[in-house]
Amino acid sequence: MAASCVVASELLQNTKQISMFFPKTSRFIRRISTSNLQCDKQHQLKTNSASQQLVGVVGLEIHAQINSNTKLFSGSPVRFSAPPNSLVSFLDASLPGTLPVLNRRCVEAAVMTGLALNCTINKKSLFDRKHYFYADLPAGYQITQQRRPIAVDGTLTYSFLSGKKRSQVIRKHVHVKQIQLEQDSGKSLHDDVRSQTLIDLNRAGVGLMELVMEPDMNCGEEAAAAVRELQLILQALGTCQGNMSEGQLRVDANVSVHRPGEPLGIRTEVKNLNSIRYLARAIDYEIQRQIGVVQRGETVQNETRAYDSKSGFMPEPNLPPLIVYEDDASLPSGIDPGQAVVVQEIKEGLPELPSVRRERLVQTYGLLPEHSFTLVNEDGLMEYFEEVMKGTRREPRKVIGWVTNELLGQLKQRDLSVSQSPISPAALAELLELQETGHISSSIAKQVYQEMWNSPGKTAAQTIQEQDLGLVSDVAQLHSICQKVVDSHPDEVCAIRSGNTKVLNKLMGLVQKETKGRADPVLVMDILKQKTS
Amino acid sequence: GSIFIPILSCKGAGNGRCGTIDPAAVPADLVDKLERLALVDFRTKQGLACLEKAVRFAGQLHAVDTSGVEPMDSVLEDRALHLRGDAVTEGDCAEELLGLAERTVEEYFVAPPGMAEAAFMSSHQLPENHREE
Repeated sequence: MAASCVVASELLQNTKQISMFFPKTSRFIRRISTSNLQCDKQHQLKTNSASQQLVGVVGLEIHAQINSNTKLFSGSPVRFSAPPNSLVSFLDASLPGTLPVLNRRCVEAAVMTGLALNCTINKKSLFDRKHYFYADLPAGYQITQQRRPIAVDGTLTYSFLSGKKRSQVIRKHVHVKQIQLEQDSGKSLHDDVRSQTLIDLNRAGVGLMELVMEPDMNCGEEAAAAVRELQLILQALGTCQGNMSEGQLRVDANVSVHRPGEPLGIRTEVKNLNSIRYLARAIDYEIQRQIGVVQRGETVQNETRAYDSKSGFMPEPNLPPLIVYEDDASLPSGIDPGQAVVVQEIKEGLPELPSVRRERLVQTYGLLPEHSFTLVNEDGLMEYFEEVMKGTRREPRKVIGWVTNELLGQLKQRDLSVSQSPISPAALAELLELQETGHISSSIAKQVYQEMWNSPGKTAAQTIQEQDLGLVSDVAQLHSICQKVVDSHPDEVCAIRSGNTKVLNKLMGLVQKETKGRADPVLVMDILKQKTS
Repeated sequence: GSIFIPILSCKGAGNGRCGTIDPAAVPADLVDKLERLALVDFRTKQGLACLEKAVRFAGQLHAVDTSGVEPMDSVLEDRALHLRGDAVTEGDCAEELLGLAERTVEEYFVAPPGMAEAAFMSSHQLPENHREE
């Protein structure tokens, strides 16, 4: 089906008419995936109470792999790639006679994450067993925290850029229902050739934080922005490295559609989302698919899961309740500090969160919110920008465009990350400093910048010298060029003399053409004004 | 349809004796669910006899009066949960672990047949943290 971007609501409004006259076409239109504008339209539709349009409802279940040296209940290492079954202890293999021993680092990670998301930390939380049979779950159960998890009732605040120029920062909130500690399962590899399934238990027992969000989102773009913000938060905290392609952050989306004000529709699950971009598209596609189903008068098929009926749970008998303490004052006397997790201490040790970082950039550099949003959103861009600022006296507002447009644009085109940029912050700073001190004009600066991309390793100064791009400030030379232009354009001179000063810009353009953009614009303007007065 | 299994209902309060036999029907969809959870085939005569025995055996619990008693989920409820430091102390014993398995392929365990195939998957839906490679 076509992937052209068409606004959803227009489709919906026209569909009825189209289906009357062009039945085949209407089916085709319903299957077209939507653009990011769908979210804006959905919000407009929600506020219009007379509207009967269907909107999407999205809830997320996120599993974040805890960034720790060892697993949740055993001392085996946590590593992404290693020879099969080499990171497995007797407990991970579920051999009889083994017992789970909780990793302190995982508890701290869960508390940190809970605090960063404004959750209530349960001073007493419990562990359960969730039973199900699968080859990569050797024990036949997963230790989790269904009944009473370590953190509940928080908020994830996220933003995204909207509007025609993507210059409007929209802030939204998702309610975090709970955060629970649980074990990861092993991996199964299907060998279709020999019709067998191979099991690697390296991942079995790795600590996970399951974050359950309420269905507060309405489309793929919102879900993607929320996941991105969570990724940034987890990375800033260091509790999860958040690499989706490596399975460190796994997202499942529950999607349904309904008419605003009416009860929620039947939900389906969108799984195996391994990138943020794919997440947005897959969710939007599913919303569109369900809208189509409902409009045809059919019902959305829901695959009920056997374990959803909440059976198969029992308390984990080998683990007492997990107690964390509010502050030092509430510690029982004589307790070994290594055995006490103190919430206050963790709170005080929290690093700078992305939202705070964005605000700091706005305050420190006087940037617009959409600029700081972009800086924080792209890995390494903020550091790049701050490094450039160290090397030039140019105003931050005049530097930011270079970083968020020129640099980022080139990187995206070549599919490079900021760390792979052939142009270092120092090199860009040098270029901007040359512009700031009047050695080159702004249009030349852009030209030199392009050249720096084409011949990396050559500095701005070298290019300027080689191609003789320095600003022409020789007054005599400028005078003669201006005179030439003035002499050859009598009509324009007339217009200027009769009050139309805007025509000066045209003459300026001609002078710049003559000097190949190297004329000092301030001087030229002065001279032109003189000659046409 | 339903399956007829007599269930012992013990209405005697705490005297250890079981009261009258109360015939109860186990609905077919409950049998389906039990089959899925326990991976036992109840549809044979043997299976049903097994189920019946199990229900009767468990029914003896009703002999005890537990009104007003909080359920105990762990005999360790008064103990402190020990926290371990995050240093590597085990693992790296692939040979030893694989040596326990009947069948291995190049350092991988081999799943028992029927546990990981499409047919199994469709009737036994897996929880969300499962990932297929």
